[in-house]
Amino acid sequence: MHRRGVGAGAIAKKKLAEAKYKERGTVLAEDQLAQMSKQLDMFKTNLEEFASKHKQEIRKNPQFRVQFQDMCATIGVDPLASGKGFWSEMLGVGDFYYELGVQIIEVCLALKHRNGGLITLEELHQQVLKGRGKFAQDVSQDDLIRAIKKLKVLGSGFGIIPVGGTYLIQSVPAELNMDHTVVLQLAEKKGYVTVSEIRSSLKWEVERAKQVLFQWQLLGTIYIQSVLTGTLAERRHGLA
Amino acid sequence: MATSGLLEIGESLVLQQRGVRLYDGDEKVKLEAGALLLSTHRLLWRDQKNHEYCIAIPLSQIVFIEEQAAGIGKSAKIVVHLHPTSSNKDLGPFQSSIYSYIKLSFKEHGQIEFYRRLSEEITQQRWENMPVSQSLQISKGAQAGRIRAVGIVGIERKLEEKRKETDKNISEAFEDLSKLMEKAKEMVELSKSIANKIKEKQGDITEDETIRFKSYLLSMGIANPVTRETYGSGTHYHMQLAKQLAGILQAPLEERGGIMSLTEVYCLVNRARGLELLSPEDLVNACKMLVSLKLPIRLCVFDSGVMVIELQSHNEEEMVASALETVSEKGSLTAEEFAKLVGMSVLLAKERLLLAEKMGHLCRDDSVEGLRFYPNLFMTQSE
Repeated sequence: MHRRGVGAGAIAKKKLAEAKYKERGTVLAEDQLAQMSKQLDMFKTNLEEFASKHKQEIRKNPQFRVQFQDMCATIGVDPLASGKGFWSEMLGVGDFYYELGVQIIEVCLALKHRNGGLITLEELHQQVLKGRGKFAQDVSQDDLIRAIKKLKVLGSGFGIIPVGGTYLIQSVPAELNMDHTVVLQLAEKKGYVTVSEIRSSLKWEVERAKQVLFQWQLLGTIYIQSVLTGTLAERRHGLA
Repeated sequence: MATSGLLEIGESLVLQQRGVRLYDGDEKVKLEAGALLLSTHRLLWRDQKNHEYCIAIPLSQIVFIEEQAAGIGKSAKIVVHLHPTSSNKDLGPFQSSIYSYIKLSFKEHGQIEFYRRLSEEITQQRWENMPVSQSLQISKGAQAGRIRAVGIVGIERKLEEKRKETDKNISEAFEDLSKLMEKAKEMVELSKSIANKIKEKQGDITEDETIRFKSYLLSMGIANPVTRETYGSGTHYHMQLAKQLAGILQAPLEERGGIMSLTEVYCLVNRARGLELLSPEDLVNACKMLVSLKLPIRLCVFDSGVMVIELQSHNEEEMVASALETVSEKGSLTAEEFAKLVGMSVLLAKERLLLAEKMGHLCRDDSVEGLRFYPNLFMTQSE
């Protein structure tokens, strides 16, 4: 039997086969892209229909917004990724959250000198509502959290610190981020914490502990009780 | 009575106040704080959360009002006494309240002014001289004995009905939403499958097709499954945006010493746009393209993660030299003091000082009073 093995002819044939294979591969992707384009158009129509019926609901109802966001997250879609996305364009959710982002930044900036860049979610909510004026669309705390999560990508230190069932919002890049959380957790147990407790539990230096507590003074949500304990006059830093 | 809350022709607004809670007699009503409006004819209250819920009390129904001062943990209040029900009143859909008064609790202050103006309106009785549509006309006394109390309970009932109707609308909306999400899910699956194909046939997909695919992902808000990078980076949209930004930011940058933080840029650009705002990711993705598009501004990242836009002509290292001079003149400076002196944002002032420290020109004193920078004498004096 005449065997075709190594030889110019065989190589050429192999190359041809490979080329055809590649070509098919490209064609396959092209097909799918075309399919996706078509499906996108269909989806856009569906979304337009949905928007015409329920756009107001999303705007006015915070609970519905939460459901909407959760469902998007479940299927792997981020409706707030881009102002150019369908969701943003047709449902108007984008503008709602991006504008809220601007308002949050402005409030945090205005209060930074007072609170060192840390503010409770409640106070932020109050201030934002005030700033939005009487006839603006109401916003929930959930809305604020989502807006802040988006702001993180801008790199200016926005962070959300869970504390005692609520959240502290950080708006400055701070090396002490984790420090605050840890000390707060310590303080939550008894309702207060002392410098020596911090030192013994966390093995920190005095200055580091004091730094965190001093920042809390600025925060205003925590009041400081001076308690004289024997010869050592040590302050108890309590949670308000 | 429940109302749309719109003022009638001939009725003028006198005063409004946010953050007011209602009490039926002494009991809190199951509604959150709302906005209280005083007109020449009525007292209106609108739920802050649900603007459709609005109650109105004709001023003519008010017998008299009194003030209740604020106390510890209590807001200042106005007690509004209303004409009582007559015993043979038909109940109808409105259950009369056992109370003949309501209370307004001013959670966000404003009680003093509101009391003053409400007193004035009740005394002046301007509604007598300003005729409005029939719906506002209340039997003033022409029907003696047939006077109704405006009980909050009855109003709550009406609002409850409205709420039920809204709930029905919501469940319909939810159904539609679920169906929509099913379709969106299909799109996600399709995009994954395409992404896999692209990964397998690396290099056999044209540049153009990749850009197309990315823009599809952008429209849907789907993360790029292959690279896991921020979706939509490198699309035509972001290229256009980058060019626009270069134009918009030139003047503001020059005004601010050649440098702005990305959060400043975000606020500036979106405030200017008003509508069709940029998402934070849009901004970042566009800025990432500035250098490759050879535009006159660029994106820089400090060690702290702070991101800034700079003019190409801006040289942060040069600025550090002048910062060192400033600090030396004053002996020492905190970021806040430096910011004030130079006219920069505290955020960027701090970054400049940190950079100076990194370069060895400054050293820090980190104490309870804050972070203070000094000229690094070890550097200068060792020469």
